[in-house]
Amino acid sequence: MKTLFDKIWDAHVVATVQDGPTQLYIDRHLCHEVTSPQAFAGLRARGLKVFRPERTTLTADHNIPTMGQDKPIRDQVSRFQVDTLAKNAEEFGLTYYGLNNPKNGIVHVIGPENGYTQPGMTIVCGDSHTSTHGAFGAIAFGIGTSEVEMVLASQCILQTRPKTMRINFEGKLNEHVSAKDMALYMISQLTTGGATGYFVEYAGEAVRNLTMEQRMTLCNLSIEMGARGGLVAPDETTFNYIKGREFAPKGEQWDKALAYWQTLRTDEGAVFDKEVTFDVSQIKPMITYGTNPGMGMPIDGTIPQPEDIDEAGKISFEKSLKYMGFAPGEKLEGKQIDYVFLGSCTNGRIEDFRLFTEYVKGKKKADNVTAWLVPGSWKVRKQIEDEGLDKILEEAGFALRQPGCSACLAMNDDKVPAGKYAVSTSNRNFEGRQGPGARTILAGPLVAAAAAVNGKITNP
Amino acid sequence: MEKFQTITSTYVPLPIENVDTDQIIPARFLKATTREGFGDNLFADWRYDKEGNPKADFVLNNPVYSGQVLVAGKNFGSGSSREHAAWAIGGYGFKVVVSSFFADIFRNNALNNGILPVVVSDAFLSELFASSDKNTEATVTVNLEAQTIVNNETGNSESFEINAYKKACLLEGLDDIDFLLSNKDKIEAFEQQRAYAY
Repeated sequence: MKTLFDKIWDAHVVATVQDGPTQLYIDRHLCHEVTSPQAFAGLRARGLKVFRPERTTLTADHNIPTMGQDKPIRDQVSRFQVDTLAKNAEEFGLTYYGLNNPKNGIVHVIGPENGYTQPGMTIVCGDSHTSTHGAFGAIAFGIGTSEVEMVLASQCILQTRPKTMRINFEGKLNEHVSAKDMALYMISQLTTGGATGYFVEYAGEAVRNLTMEQRMTLCNLSIEMGARGGLVAPDETTFNYIKGREFAPKGEQWDKALAYWQTLRTDEGAVFDKEVTFDVSQIKPMITYGTNPGMGMPIDGTIPQPEDIDEAGKISFEKSLKYMGFAPGEKLEGKQIDYVFLGSCTNGRIEDFRLFTEYVKGKKKADNVTAWLVPGSWKVRKQIEDEGLDKILEEAGFALRQPGCSACLAMNDDKVPAGKYAVSTSNRNFEGRQGPGARTILAGPLVAAAAAVNGKITNP
Repeated sequence: MEKFQTITSTYVPLPIENVDTDQIIPARFLKATTREGFGDNLFADWRYDKEGNPKADFVLNNPVYSGQVLVAGKNFGSGSSREHAAWAIGGYGFKVVVSSFFADIFRNNALNNGILPVVVSDAFLSELFASSDKNTEATVTVNLEAQTIVNNETGNSESFEINAYKKACLLEGLDDIDFLLSNKDKIEAFEQQRAYAY
């Protein structure tokens, strides 16, 4: 009896090093401009080619502006990095979706939407949010640049087999609660390192009921509790999403793929190293108050007291609240905020824009709020326009930007100024993540919409 | 990669938990296309103020602490997979990071750059912080061959885990690509015989 993780892992073992890691075959490799240049330089220094060029796809996303993408990138260092990616693509014969390519976008948005991401695959990228692709029932995880070089050179990677954990979300979600809230709740319960060393399978009624995009949001945040990755067994929802996408199997190949994919589930009685169950009726819209994603609470909650924190963690807790300008016991509902960011590989897909738009429809953006609405890809942006959401947003005082990682990590100009509060649908509230001194409050698209309209933290 | 040798060194204490890789090297410094120079920006936002002047209250700016070993609070290296974090730590001159818990990706990245992550118990870690509080010249000895770490201030020691393959790589200064490339026939055989190929 095997878990879903075991089945996929075992199907990719090329060799096992004695007393060491497993040599794992990688089906799909995604690259972006920030974590790949040193890997390509390494290949060049060793005189190597890319071993299986058809399995690697490149996109520029982390370091690009979200306005004026038709013009050369103004920041010279950023431009050089993006140009380096284009040159590497050409030199090594790889598919590259550069700026203004209709398939360009955030690496974890374009993989699924173009049908690159499929059940049963092993997928890696030099980016920790590669866990997103686990939503399709794939073993997907982030790697470092040395490992990017390994994959380019050999289509393999050396990995120690992680332990397995199953997290069951039972029951039905409350109104105004999305996958982002499930994830922030889960991480607040398990802590930011609580799943380190594990690969997680998400299961239970509430997970089965999630759309593919919601499953991606949940799996995306697996890394924020330290997990190597997180996956969901593929089902009809998965197959319906994939069917017809450009790089998905077609015709006879589709039938063959489907037959295999339908075997990809955890056997009855398979044992996990750890199992956790959450009752989703307990989950309310969530926000974070601190400087790691584990520091979350219900939107109407209060910040814990130092007495509630264990001794070794006290220095970090106090440092964190000082950075955020919050006090123990403080309630954040009603607190004025300055910025709202809708976007990122966590919440930059069409459903996120639909949720946000539905809330702001007929209302007006608060004057004290600067809002950045950044679609995850050009396809998402086109869909927003096709559905007329851009018009509704415009009437409410919001403008759409061009795709990219943007204010999630603020490598481009989309930086929140020091001391300002940003309600952000991204994935990390680390110190300085959205700009030096910026104060991030993580939330789902609906809470972000409510904050944008009311100018303060508001229960949707 | 340089061969890893037994180290006896003073150490830099950083008793903060959940130090994420955004703190180790902030994203705006990730625009380089080489592996060099990241050490200058290690912990940049904790180390320098807005004008680029050293902040007196940060340990790397405290002249009484130095050494080849960084001792940090639980769950070191969480968050982003950026290997630049390992390059920054190595570039600054650290050869060993000691903590009671490491994030997975950081641990791999460190090992792939010849930096040894040493996992110790919470008690051993607290004692290291206490020792360097009392004596800024306190030292540790890290012996990879024997897989031991000694707090030379108290004489207490612990053994640490590392898989035999990675240990051999560090001791001999080899990297994974050498190994993978020597295995190409197995990769090709795997591609031929797998039950379902994508």
